[in-house]
This record gives sequence, C-alpha cells and structure tokens, in this order.
Amino acid sequence: MNNFRITDHPILKIPSSRSVISFTFNGVNYNALDGDTIASALLVNGIRAIREHEESGQPRGLYCNIGHCFECRVTVNEREGQRSCITKVSNGMDVQSSKKLPTPFKKEEAQYG
Amino acid sequence: MVDLLIIGAGPAGLAASIEAASRNLSVTIIDEFTTPGGRLLGQLHEEEKDVWWNGVEEAHTLHEKAQENGVELLLETSVYKIQQEDVYWSTHTSAGIYHSKALLIATGATEQSLPLPGWTLPGVMSIGAAQVMTNVRHVKPGEKGIIIGLNALSFAISRELRLCNIDLEGFFLPPDHFLTTDQAKPLSVLNNLMTLSHLAPMNWMRLGGKIANNNRWIQKQTLSFYPKRGINIWQTPVHVRKAVTSINGSTQVESVTVVDLRADGTMIEGSEENLEVDFVCISGGLAPLTELIGLTDLKLIAIESLGGYVPVHFEDMRTEVTDLYVAGNITGIESAKVARAQGVVAGISACIHSFNLRNDDALEIAMEKVRKERAEAKLQFHPEIEKGRTLLYSEKGEVQYG
Ligand SMILES: Cc1cc2nc3c(=O)[nH]c(=O)nc-3n(C[C@H](O)[C@H](O)[C@H](O)COP(=O)(O)OP(=O)(O)OC[C@H]3O[C@@H](n4cnc5c(N)ncnc54)[C@H](O)[C@@H]3O)c2cc1C
Ligand code: FES
Repeated sequence: MNNFRITDHPILKIPSSRSVISFTFNGVNYNALDGDTIASALLVNGIRAIREHEESGQPRGLYCNIGHCFECRVTVNEREGQRSCITKVSNGMDVQSSKKLPTPFKKEEAQYG
Repeated sequence: MVDLLIIGAGPAGLAASIEAASRNLSVTIIDEFTTPGGRLLGQLHEEEKDVWWNGVEEAHTLHEKAQENGVELLLETSVYKIQQEDVYWSTHTSAGIYHSKALLIATGATEQSLPLPGWTLPGVMSIGAAQVMTNVRHVKPGEKGIIIGLNALSFAISRELRLCNIDLEGFFLPPDHFLTTDQAKPLSVLNNLMTLSHLAPMNWMRLGGKIANNNRWIQKQTLSFYPKRGINIWQTPVHVRKAVTSINGSTQVESVTVVDLRADGTMIEGSEENLEVDFVCISGGLAPLTELIGLTDLKLIAIESLGGYVPVHFEDMRTEVTDLYVAGNITGIESAKVARAQGVVAGISACIHSFNLRNDDALEIAMEKVRKERAEAKLQFHPEIEKGRTLLYSEKGEVQYG
C-alpha cells in the first residue's frame, strides 16, 4: 500500500465513508475501496504492471484510463479481455493478468522446442 | 424500441436526453464508463479568480435532470455496432441489442499519443488518464511526474495535478520524428502557446501572441531569449527547448532522459540528462472519436481546427443520414460547455426532424447559444475553431462533400 489515495482536496469533495472490500489479483489478496476500478485499486496497492504483452511478455500498465486503448486488459472472474480502467472492483472479485501467449511458429522459440 | 437512443453520457448526450425527454420522447443513453458525465467528470478549471468549473458537479446536475425527465441510462455497456434497418436503428452492445427510431452519436473525443522509446512501460499514461485518476478516482498517478507535450489540455491538467500535491518536473517536448512533427518543433510550439494566451497567466505571452503571431523575427527572438530553466505555469516549469528522448526503467518508469534543443529543434549533443520520475504523462492532443460513424453511410471530413476527421453534419446536428444525429466533441474538439449546448440542439432537432414536433424558435435559440458558448469559451483547443465551423456549416461551404 502506498499513499497515493487522495483524502482531501482544496476544491473537490472527497467521499469519506467508502467501505473496504477485498479482491484477488493473480491469486494474491488486496484491499480496495468501494467505487474503485480494478486499475485504481491496483495502483494504490503499488501495482502498475497490469498485464503481460501477449507476444513479448513485457509488462503493460494502464494508458488512457477511460476505456479507449485496451492496454489494461485483465481476466475478471474468468471473463477474458475486460478493461480494468472501466471495471469496478467488487468484493471477492478474481482478477488475473492477461499473460504472454505461446508463439510456437516463431523461429527463435522453435530452436528451444 | 425507444424513440431516441443516445450513445455517450457526456455533456452532449446528457443535455440532448433532457431536451428530448422533456418533449415526451422515450430516451435511452448507453455509456461504457462507470459514471455518467463523460470527460466532464475530470474537469476542474478556475475560470475566473475563485470561480471553478467543477465537472463532477456539472455532470451530477445533468444526470439528475435526465433522471427527473425519465431518461433511462445504461452504464458499463459498450456499443460496438450500429445498423440502420428499414425504419429503425439497431444498436449492438455488450448487454444486447437495442432498437430506436432515432440515434444520436455523442461519443466525444479521444487522446492522440506521441510514441517514444519506453512509452509502453507501466507508469506512462496519457494526460487525461492522470486527470481521471486524480479527479474521478481520487488516486494519485504517482509521486513525481513529467509531462510530454505542451498544449491547452496539458496546462489545464497540470494544475489539477498540482492541486493534489503531485510533484511535476515540468513540461517537455516530445522527440522529433514523423509522428510528432510540429509538436516537437520549438518554434511552432511557442507559436501555439501564444495563441493560448487566454490560458497563459503570463502577460508577455498575451502581448506576444498579438504581436508575434505573424512575425517570424519576433518569434525567433522570443525563442532565443526563452529562459533555460523554463517559465512556470502554475508552478510547473515549461520548457520549449528541451525534449524527452526516452523513458527508462526495467519493469516500470524510473527516469526519463531529456536533451537540450537548438531553436530549429535539433539536439545539442552531450546535453543529455536523466531525471528521476515515477510517472510520465503524454499529451498529444485530442481528436473526435468517430469509430462508430464508420459503420454508417455518413461521410467524414478532415478539418484541422476541429481536431481531425469529423462526421459531415448540419449546424442543427442533423446528418445526411435519416434519423441520425451527432453532437459534442465527435463534431470537433471544444470545451464541455459547447458540447453541452450542442447536445441541447441535437435533442430539440431530433424531436423536430424525426418526430414532427413543431419547429418553434427553440432550435434557433439553442443554436445561437452554441455560437455564444464558442465565442466565450475559456478553454479553446484550436485558435481557428470558428473558421472550421463556418467551413462546415456555410450553405455553399468550400467543403467538398465527396
Ligand atoms: C481525456 C480527455 C480529457 C479532457 N479534458 C478536458 C478538460 O479538462 N477541459 C475541457 O474543457 N475539455 C476536456 N476534454 C474535451 C471533452 O471532450 C469535452 O470537454 C466534453 O467532455 C465533450 O463532451 P461529449 O459529450 O462530446 O463527450 P464525452 O464527455 O467524451 O462523453 C462521451 C461518452 O461516450 C462514451 N462512449 C464513447 N464511445 C462509446 C461506445 N462505443 N460505447 C459506449 N459508450 C461510449 C464515453 O464513455 C463517454 O462517457 C477532454 C477530453 C478528453 C478525451
Ligand atoms: S487504460 Fe486504456 S482501456 Fe484501460
């Protein structure tokens, strides 16, 4: 947990009574506040890498935060390809990173296989 | 089957729904976001001293009015296909197919990116992403950031980040390559800044904008006297002669490499410097989000001052396709007040043109309101927006609808 959560603001009203909920990300338990998206809940828990690039395996995080770029895709309760920036966390939700996919027809990998 | 289906619950879609529903149309709005309000939700600008444009509150007001008028709102629902059948529209969504006689597309705008080495690292995000993170989700995007891209949107949002006590290293140019073009050229960036003088809290720029606009000599002088440490806008240094050449880190952002530029935009060798940051915001400007238009017979036309390709439409938000309307930023990039006023026009227009409501003077009054909001806009995304609109709406405009 970092201190990224904004608790007061000079202009905006920040709701104070949000209930604590818990969810799992790649099998690990985390807390969130009611109303968080998966992406914002991961960020306050210090997690920026949301998925692996399907071919290179490199980490990817959120980019647009409004559902346009699909960089933040995760599997939510076994439904693949959900955008974590526009999906609210709910209690007991199971979230899995989209993972690197096998590339059996790629030359470099064929050498090892 | 409803009378009017609206795609997008931003200021345009919500305002349209209120007008149509209060004239007794049955109206459904579909939006994939978690909250009604669209990009209005993140907005927070001080329009005059101590007078704030608070997007969350504006969105709330619109949403309440829509509810009072019986508008049905479906959130967290994405539209991926639209199709005109004989006498109605089919809208295909992640929650099934909806039918309506008339359709209003108010999908707003999308951010353009400025690719550069390292930009896929977690911690790199669009400037709008940071805005939504702080102002809608109430979470900081990081401890210390840097902004790449100098434009109206990045200035406005930098201040919003500052209000959350987020440390910002400054504004820098993107590296010069075929995708960044003018946004990476010190002289054109400076010129653009001067046309934004209404935003800039610096008098010299306001003055400069007037004098220097067409005078290359003055422009060059201004650039060569531009202080090396930058000029602060709302406590954040603006660098017009420094560019970020790469974003670095193993699994997430750890630093950026910046380099000094000559007035012509070429890099000064040996001036590289590493700055430690944990997040990077990229601000490449906005463009109308027109994907769904591609599924209709409606033509798109490129008008630079409107932000790129926009659907061909009339000033009353009708299009050449029967029962199809557009409103808001999909018709050109402007502030939320303009989008809202356009929504009012679209709502009334749909009642008149698709449901034979008597054409009293409400439509003309609403169109006049759009012109007024446009003329008085505090945040303008392009200095020639009015020209772009005239081009599109003039009877025999130079626009070739071909
Ligand atoms: C990231 C970003 C930041 C901005 N910041 C500012 C700012 O600070 N100040 C300012 O004046 N202007 C800002 N703007 C400009 C902004 O577009 C206008 O101010 C205004 O919000 C436009 O209103 P609109 O109703 O046309 O669209 P929007 O407010 O963008 O609303 C469109 C809605 O349509 C929904 N939508 C889009 N496609 C689909 C689909 N296929 N299925 C379902 N729903 C869909 C979206 O979720 C969204 O809620 C910003 C724009 C963007 C993109
Ligand atoms: S971050 Fe772009 S879709 Fe989620």
